[in-house]
Amino acid sequence: MEALFRNVRELVERAEKEEKLISEIMIEQEMLMTDRSREDIMIQMDRNLTVMEEAVEKGLKGVHSVSGLTGGDAVLLQKYRETGNALSGDLLLDAVSKAVATNEVNAAMGTICATPTAGSAGVVPGTLFAVQNKLNPTREQMIRYLFTAGAFGFVVANNASISGAAGGCQAEVGSAAGMASAAIIEMAGGTPQQSSEAFAITMKNMLGLVCDPVAGLVEVPCVKRNAMGAANAVVAADMALAGVTSRIPCDEVIGAMFEIGQSMPSALRETAKGGLAATPTGRWLESKIFGGAVVGSGQ
Amino acid sequence: MKFKSVFDIIGPVMIGPSSSHTAGAARIGRVARDLFGRQPDWAKVHLYGSFAETYKGHSTDVAIIGGLLDYDTFDERIKTSFEEAQNAGMTFEFIPETGHVDHPNTARIVIGDKDSEMSMMGISIGGGKIEITELNGFPLRLSGNHPAILVVHEDRSGCIANVANCLYKYDINIGHMEVSRKERGHMALMVIEVDQNVDKEVMDDLRKLPNITQVTRIAD
Repeated sequence: MEALFRNVRELVERAEKEEKLISEIMIEQEMLMTDRSREDIMIQMDRNLTVMEEAVEKGLKGVHSVSGLTGGDAVLLQKYRETGNALSGDLLLDAVSKAVATNEVNAAMGTICATPTAGSAGVVPGTLFAVQNKLNPTREQMIRYLFTAGAFGFVVANNASISGAAGGCQAEVGSAAGMASAAIIEMAGGTPQQSSEAFAITMKNMLGLVCDPVAGLVEVPCVKRNAMGAANAVVAADMALAGVTSRIPCDEVIGAMFEIGQSMPSALRETAKGGLAATPTGRWLESKIFGGAVVGSGQ
Repeated sequence: MKFKSVFDIIGPVMIGPSSSHTAGAARIGRVARDLFGRQPDWAKVHLYGSFAETYKGHSTDVAIIGGLLDYDTFDERIKTSFEEAQNAGMTFEFIPETGHVDHPNTARIVIGDKDSEMSMMGISIGGGKIEITELNGFPLRLSGNHPAILVVHEDRSGCIANVANCLYKYDINIGHMEVSRKERGHMALMVIEVDQNVDKEVMDDLRKLPNITQVTRIAD
């Protein structure tokens, strides 16, 4: 096996040249980097998949956070979906509700699998379990979905950032949505290049997204941003499968995301000082939850 | 490359709500405990940047205390770590700082008991991954991903060779190594990341080497 892939271009080139899936390139790289067996790596990812399944299941039953800011929306969305009247379509709403379910569990300090972070943990599983109903993948294909998503996330983490504090919400939910979109393509039988196009299209539409958590909690607007990240991922995957390409290459979109993150003021990078957190209602919620003073001793 | 494994991206399995502010914070606390070598009696936790602004909402505080109690990122007891710490007789205090730091998610943990004190600076770089950037005033770079040995020594020639030879004797492979010092000819620190956990026998042998002041380890 050759050296590591450092960017999406190298990842796609290798997949095409060796006629392998992107998930396979990621699995092989993991074996090489960590000196672990394929079986070991597959078992660990299987466990992560199980954690995701359990979180969605829990969220769809209805959970509420301690602050009371979030919870119960996944249930509302599923009930609405079951009426069959959803305007945006069944699969899309299923993905959205399952992304919300995961993030509601996260907000309630439940157990989740960070993908790539906890604040953005809903997008990849939300889309996976929705697409599952349409494509009927094997368990191995579902595990591979996570490796494909991981391969793209790996590139972003090493060349830009997946941290909201460093790069804004575009780095978190934006990356998660791009990762999900690329993974949908592989599961739907698209090419590695189409995965790259889907990632680029998704990321382009998440650029500039600020991280402005109300009261500093991973709740508002995080949960709903996961919903829209999932929707973005599904639509961009459809666009790429239809043959639509990104005029700006995937790696350059990732570079643009990094540059935007660098020039974003710190008030808009997870400090709860700007954006929605600084609105009158945002401030009011903050004082309601924390009783005015947000700082103090934990003893 | 900062991120080497796909499980840095798809993972960790953790208690919500934030990988950098909760899981990363728990890991920083746990490495501090590992370096201290035992459960401290008290902890003063200085928080900087985004940590200082949003630590309560992200449960960064309970996560760091959970780490100091040796809990992993997915340990349900993180939620009740304040009570667990009180039961264990550990007191703690959080001090939000306004000073500038290089990374927005930075914590300086000062811990101690009747025998000694330790100060450690850690940053949470995203997705639950962390780096330790300072120990007792020494700048360093430690990922916390691998077992590591930290050797405080006099800044004399031969020290590094002696330590390397000792590790070679036990067939321990060095993955990454850094040496830093505050001032020439005085105290220095070796940070050695190794491929396998280091047992007590090796630690004892390292301690017997000339000009070595202190040896600690971080288990995987």
